[in-house]
Amino acid sequence: MSFLNVIQYRKIYLSIAASFVILSWIAILVFGLKPGIDLSGGTEWQITFQNSNVSSQQVENTLALNGLNEFTVLNFGGGTFLIRSNQINAANHQKYFNALKDKLGDLREDNFSNIGPAVSKELAHKAFIAILLVLLGISLYIAYAFRKVSRPVSSWKYGMATLVSLVHDVSVTTGFLAILGKWRGVLIDTNSIVALLVVMGFSVHDTIVVFDRIRENLYKRRGKQINLKEVIEYSVKETFRRSVNTSFTLILVLVALLIFGPFSLFYFVLTMLVGTFFGTYSSIFIASPLLYLKYKEQ
Amino acid sequence: MFNKVNPTRLLVIILILALGAAFFDYDPLWTKFFHFREWRLGLDLAGGTVLTYNIDLSKVRAQDQTSVINGLRDVIEKRVNLFGVSEPKVYTEEEGGEHRLIVELSGVKDVGAAISEIGATPFLDFREVKEVTTTTSTQSTSTLEFIPTELNGRYIIGAQTSFNSVTNKPQVDLEFNSEGAKIFQDLTAKNIGKPLAIFLDNQLIEMPIVQEEISGGKAQITGNFTLADVQKMVERFNAGALPAPITLVDQRTVDSVFGANVLNQAILAGVIGFIAVAVFMILFYKRLGIYAVVALIIYALFSLAIFKLVPVTMSLAGIAGFILSVGMAVDANILVFERTKEELKLGLSYKTAIEEGFKRAWTSIRDSNTSTLITSFVLYYFTSSFVRGFALTLGIGVLISLFSSITTTRTLLRVFESRRDIVKN
Repeated sequence: MSFLNVIQYRKIYLSIAASFVILSWIAILVFGLKPGIDLSGGTEWQITFQNSNVSSQQVENTLALNGLNEFTVLNFGGGTFLIRSNQINAANHQKYFNALKDKLGDLREDNFSNIGPAVSKELAHKAFIAILLVLLGISLYIAYAFRKVSRPVSSWKYGMATLVSLVHDVSVTTGFLAILGKWRGVLIDTNSIVALLVVMGFSVHDTIVVFDRIRENLYKRRGKQINLKEVIEYSVKETFRRSVNTSFTLILVLVALLIFGPFSLFYFVLTMLVGTFFGTYSSIFIASPLLYLKYKEQ
Repeated sequence: MFNKVNPTRLLVIILILALGAAFFDYDPLWTKFFHFREWRLGLDLAGGTVLTYNIDLSKVRAQDQTSVINGLRDVIEKRVNLFGVSEPKVYTEEEGGEHRLIVELSGVKDVGAAISEIGATPFLDFREVKEVTTTTSTQSTSTLEFIPTELNGRYIIGAQTSFNSVTNKPQVDLEFNSEGAKIFQDLTAKNIGKPLAIFLDNQLIEMPIVQEEISGGKAQITGNFTLADVQKMVERFNAGALPAPITLVDQRTVDSVFGANVLNQAILAGVIGFIAVAVFMILFYKRLGIYAVVALIIYALFSLAIFKLVPVTMSLAGIAGFILSVGMAVDANILVFERTKEELKLGLSYKTAIEEGFKRAWTSIRDSNTSTLITSFVLYYFTSSFVRGFALTLGIGVLISLFSSITTTRTLLRVFESRRDIVKN
C-alpha cells in the first residue's frame, strides 16, 4: 500500500486538501451561506395537502393573493410543501391556513415555526462560539495528552496539526453546505452546526489513533536515532485499517439514516456523511504530513 | 475497571442488569406493570406547540424580579391548565439578560385560540393622574398625564362580580393581598380629591375620584361593562392578572401524526443501522465481532435505560445522536481487536494478545473519547434546548460505550475465550 507513504507523497495529499479548502471557500464566498430561520428569524411552515397534485405555483398564488410577500415555497412531493417567509403572526397564520384550505382543499399542518430575531441572533452567536471552543478545546487537549512525547516534535505541534486538519474539515463541510444551499435551497441552521461539530469530534478520533501510534513508536525507539519520516509512515500503515473501519461503522449508520430516516434529517445526515469522509481523509493524509512539516521547520 | 472481580460473576451481573434495562426500555411491557418513568417524547415527535414569550421587566424593581417572574409563571400555568391539555409545561429561562417564558402544549388543535387565550390575560395597573396646563399667549390647554404606580394586577388575590348599589351596573370587585392593600392605602391617601386612573392592557378604563383613604385592600372597577364582560374579566383575574407584560416572540407547532411518522422512520433507520454495523463487525472480526455485537446490544439497552431514568426528553435530535453513537460505540472494539490481531502476529498467546489489545488500545480510546466529551460538553453549555438533547445523548452514549466496549467485551472474552488456550495447549 504505497499510497500510504504519506510523507513521501505529502505534496500531493496536501495539495488535494488545499484545493478542496480553496474551492470550499470560493463556494462559500460566491454562493454565500443562507441562514435558516432559527439563526435569522422568520417563519418556516410545512403543510401537506390531501390532494397530492397541488403545485407550488398554486400555493404561491394563494399566499400572494392573501397578502404574504417575500416568501419561498419548496415542493417536497406528495402534496407536502415548505413555506419560508418573514415572521407570520398568529392572526395571519390562521388567515393563510384558511385561504389555502378554501382554495386547494383539506390540508394538514405538519410543522409551523415562527422565530423572532432576538432569539435567533443569540443562537447564531452561541453557535459560532461553540465551534471556536470545540476547535480550541480539542487542540489543547491533544497538546496536553501528548505532553510526554516532546521529542523530536514538541507536543503542542500535535495540537497544531490537529487544529489545521479540523479547520480543513470544517471548511470543506461548510463549502458543501454552501453548494447544497445554492443547489437545493438548504439553509444553515442549528442542525448544520451540530453536524459540523460532530464531524470535528469524529475526525479527531481518527487523528488520535494515528498520533497515538506515532507516540508509541517514538517511545519504543527512545534513545535511538529517530527517522521521523519512517516512524510516521509506518504508524499510518499500521493504523490505516482501523481508521477506515471506525469511519465505516459510522458511515453505515449515517447511510441507514439517510435512506430510511425522516426527511427532516436528510441534509443533516448528508452533511455529516460528507464531513466524515473528509474528516477521515484529513486524519490520514493531512494531520501526519503536517506534523512532519512542523518538525522540518525546526 | 473491575479487574479483580470474578469475570463470570461480573458477566452474570451485567446480563441481569441488561435484562432489567430491556424490560424498563420497552414501554408496552413496562407500562403493564408500572406507571411511572414512561418515555418522554419531545414536541417534535409527540406533536404540539411551543410558545416563547419575552417578559418585559423594565417596570419592575430589581429586587422584585424573581417574585414577578415566578408569579407570572404561576399565572400562565393556571391559564394553560384551563385548556385541559395533558401535561402542559410552563417554565422560564434567562438568556443574555432577557427573561423568557416558555409554554409547551401538546395535543392542542387550535393553536391560534390558545395563543389568544394566553395573551388575553389582562394586565391591570393603577396610575396617578396629573393635570398639566400649557399656557400659550392666546389660550391655555390642559392635558392629563398618567404616572405609573407600583400597584398592578400581581397584588390581586381575588375578584368577583357585583352590582353597583346606585347604578345597578355590573362591576368587578377586586381584593388585594396585604402588600397590595398597603400600596393602595398609601396611594389613595396621597390622592384624596384627585382622580386615580385604572388601566387594563394599557387602555384607560376609568378614572374615579378618590373620596377617602381606603384601607383593607378592596377596590372596584365600574367602567361601562356588560355582565358578560365583567364575568370574563373576573374569571381572568381569578386565574391571575399578569404581573408583567409579555410578548410572543417564537412559535413552533408540530402535527402529532407527522411527529409519529418521523419517530417511526427514525427508529427504523436506527434498527437498520444497528444491523448493518453488527453484520459488518461479524464479517470482519468473526468470533470477536460476535462479542462486540453482544456488547453493542448491552450498550443500547443501558443507554436507553439511562435516558429514560434521567429522564432525557427524546427529541428527533436526541434520537439521531443516539443512532450515531451506535456507529461510534464499536470504535473502541475495533481498536482493541486490531491491536489484538497485531499482538497475535507477534506470537503472543490468544489470551495474552487479548489482554494486551485492551491495555495498549486504551490510550487512543481514552483520548478520542475525551475529545467527543469535550464536544458534547461545549454543545450542552453553549447552545439552547434544541441541541442540548443531542449533546446529552451523545455525551451519555460516549460514557456508556466506554463501559460496554471495554468492561463488557473484556468480561465476555475472559469468560468465553480463556478456555481456548487451555483447549489449544
